[in-house]
Amino acid sequence: MKNTNKSKSLDQIKKIIKEQKQARKEDDKITLTVSSGTCGQARGSMEVIDSLKETIEQKQLEDKVRVKVTGCHGFCEAEPNIIFQPDNIFYQHVKPKHSKDIIEKTALNKEILDQLLYTDPSTNEKAKKDEDISFYTKQERLVLGDNVLIDPTDINDYFSIGGYNSLLKTLETLNPEQVINTVKSSGIRGRGGAGFPTGIKWEFTRKAKSDEKYIICNADEGDPGAYMDRSLMEGNPHRVLEGMIIGAYAIGANQGFIYIRDEYPLALKNITLAIQQAKEFGLLGQNILDTGFGLEINIVKGAGAFVCGEETALIASVEGKVGEPKQRPPFPAVKGLWKKPTNINNVETWGNIPLIIEKGADWYSQIGTKDSKGTKIFSLVGKINNTGLVEVPMGITLREIIFDIGGGIPEGKKFKAVQTGGPSGGCLPAEKLDLPIDYESLTEAGSIMGSGGMIVMDENTCMVDVAKYFLNFLRDESCGKCLSCREGTQRMWEIVNKITEGNGKKGDIELLEELAYAVKDASMCGLGQTAANPVLSTLRYFRDEYEAHVVDKKCPAGVCKDLIRYIIIEDKCTGCMACIKPCPEDAITGELKKVHTLDENKCIRCGACYEACKFDAIKIE
Amino acid sequence: MINLKLNKLDVKAEQGWTILETAKYYGLEIPTLCYNEGLSTYGGCRLCLVEIGEGENTKLVSSCTYPVEEGLVVHTDTKRVLNARKMMIELMLSVAPNSKTIQDLASKFGVTQMRFEARNEECILCGLCVRMCAEQMDGKAIGFQNRGHKRKISTPFDVRSEECRLCGGCMYICPACQLRCHGPDPDSDVCNACLTMDPTCVDVYDELQCWMYDAGRCGTCVREEEPNKKDIQNADKK
Repeated sequence: MKNTNKSKSLDQIKKIIKEQKQARKEDDKITLTVSSGTCGQARGSMEVIDSLKETIEQKQLEDKVRVKVTGCHGFCEAEPNIIFQPDNIFYQHVKPKHSKDIIEKTALNKEILDQLLYTDPSTNEKAKKDEDISFYTKQERLVLGDNVLIDPTDINDYFSIGGYNSLLKTLETLNPEQVINTVKSSGIRGRGGAGFPTGIKWEFTRKAKSDEKYIICNADEGDPGAYMDRSLMEGNPHRVLEGMIIGAYAIGANQGFIYIRDEYPLALKNITLAIQQAKEFGLLGQNILDTGFGLEINIVKGAGAFVCGEETALIASVEGKVGEPKQRPPFPAVKGLWKKPTNINNVETWGNIPLIIEKGADWYSQIGTKDSKGTKIFSLVGKINNTGLVEVPMGITLREIIFDIGGGIPEGKKFKAVQTGGPSGGCLPAEKLDLPIDYESLTEAGSIMGSGGMIVMDENTCMVDVAKYFLNFLRDESCGKCLSCREGTQRMWEIVNKITEGNGKKGDIELLEELAYAVKDASMCGLGQTAANPVLSTLRYFRDEYEAHVVDKKCPAGVCKDLIRYIIIEDKCTGCMACIKPCPEDAITGELKKVHTLDENKCIRCGACYEACKFDAIKIE
Repeated sequence: MINLKLNKLDVKAEQGWTILETAKYYGLEIPTLCYNEGLSTYGGCRLCLVEIGEGENTKLVSSCTYPVEEGLVVHTDTKRVLNARKMMIELMLSVAPNSKTIQDLASKFGVTQMRFEARNEECILCGLCVRMCAEQMDGKAIGFQNRGHKRKISTPFDVRSEECRLCGGCMYICPACQLRCHGPDPDSDVCNACLTMDPTCVDVYDELQCWMYDAGRCGTCVREEEPNKKDIQNADKK
């Protein structure tokens, strides 16, 4: 087949990459990269970008300074932030009003604006560059790091950091078996949650006999609080594409799909654009770079069902059927999409592939632990100082992530638990803080690696309430096919709900536990099999809290509204009337400079008075 | 032929058989509810669970959907299976306590309590009617709606479907809404009336024809056996 006008041959692409790399090296413009993923935009990055551009235009500095709109830099807490290149100066919480100073002082005269620097909450020291910030120092941003460097909507920018070099290397020097062997010996395991070795999965699909094979990129990220796949798709879509093309070549697939949830408009836009650009350069299509190997990639939009992240349900959804899991075997590698061998990998897994090809399996397998190799991206959220996406080598401890990278718990509160792996994961207590993070040790501790959500909870979190939250999510998101999962999650939620309402009876905890084990055992797919984890892990580590709810009818953390009451401490109340105004039920009465009274019958336990009191005169009991 | 181990017995199965079909062929009964020979398999009721694998890596799977594999090790009646199955019956019972089919299952498997609040919904979403309508009646008039705890079976948009010919196939096959249990107080209780009846097997004791699936489960024949043993012992003493 002949090349179309625009598509290039292997050598031409090589030349382009070389040129772009050179151009980046010789570039003497100062670049302001503004973190502008969905999260950055929500915090006002677009206004900052507009005002920066405007300032540059006004001052006619177009040939000296440029603004680059990039994907997420990972440090959500500091959004909108700017990283200067080549100096790596890091400015946080930038507002449009700062743009004049940023351009005039910092960009042109290298003068640092102190008020925009990050201050370490523990040492109170200001950090000038991104590498000085404790959030970044312990990370190994192998996959996410490039987000800072490139404009995700420009394929040339990806070329300029050596992008698609791995693909060229694959097409030129490796045969499919060699690619699979490299991936196998790198030891990478699926980043979607279950941790199946990627190379072995590829080999299964390659060995399956069929006239047609498919690859799918699973971008149906649905865990509450997890957004690493979104950020990678938004910030570096070509990397994911490159991984997919290499995978398709190794597996022998000529058709790929990206199953992405429709709630990710920016990721959808960027990946669509990336596919289009890759096609224009002949990196996708019938005859990739004149090698005879062809791959088309189509996008399928998910309609928002959590269960569609499960392989067989995802396949059903792509086929246009209701997204419900099926019995495995037959595994997708043997009989998947339209009954043809299909290989499904998560976004992050695909994103790791170019790295493995580029640096080699030996290099990659040195990172991490014995059975878990490479890095893993976690979204660190909840009660944590440095909220953000962290990429760390496997084997790092929870303590390092939460306290060194995450900067600990805000307001000096005590750490209580960390929830890993999304709704199917578990809550780990303070005793487990020194647990090295890898697939096995997390499973052993009663949680899972999952796709990488990490929710930190402080002492004011009620673990029964947490279990209730996740059960509520799961009873909504269970597809409802298996009785065990549908009825099991519903009944578990009913019991936990009853307990939080103060109606727990003796025997409820035992019944909950028995049911949880049955749900875990009897369900068909991964969702049901792990649906009991929030219950089982909280029961394992925080059983006393359940007992306090059931036996003493008390919520130790002061969260469950039916089990707490607000009390005014007479000695501390100054009669300032600050609590009277916010009370929506007029439950507090009193006069100025006289002790106020709270009518418990009217109180709806909203906590507004508690927040308003400056003298700690209101306590929760 | 495929070789596998079924309750420690070496058995052979045809390529493409499920574990359930193999067990049936060898006369081993596994309880089912959402399974029907004339319909496609579904694997939703989780009653036909069996334990597969050896050592520590065993797991429970629905035997109606699991195809046999060379060297597969299957156990149909382990404690783990029975516990899970009992819980499934208890869950079903609490949704549709009026169903005779489910009350009978409860009796058969010794489910004597219902610890969840009864809902009396009369539909356990086994999907038999949906498959019956689509596969045997060529109707496709009904289907599942929503997911999770909001799931239900209905016609599109909940209005009378033009596809429905009122053939009644769905009602014929329903295990919950047709046969009603007339036990003492099925609404709020597990009737277990069947447990109190005299089983026929006691008169003609035959291990292979035990109506409780495996000999000794209901305990009646064991009770019968004891005096005999004493007789023997007495005879020995004499």
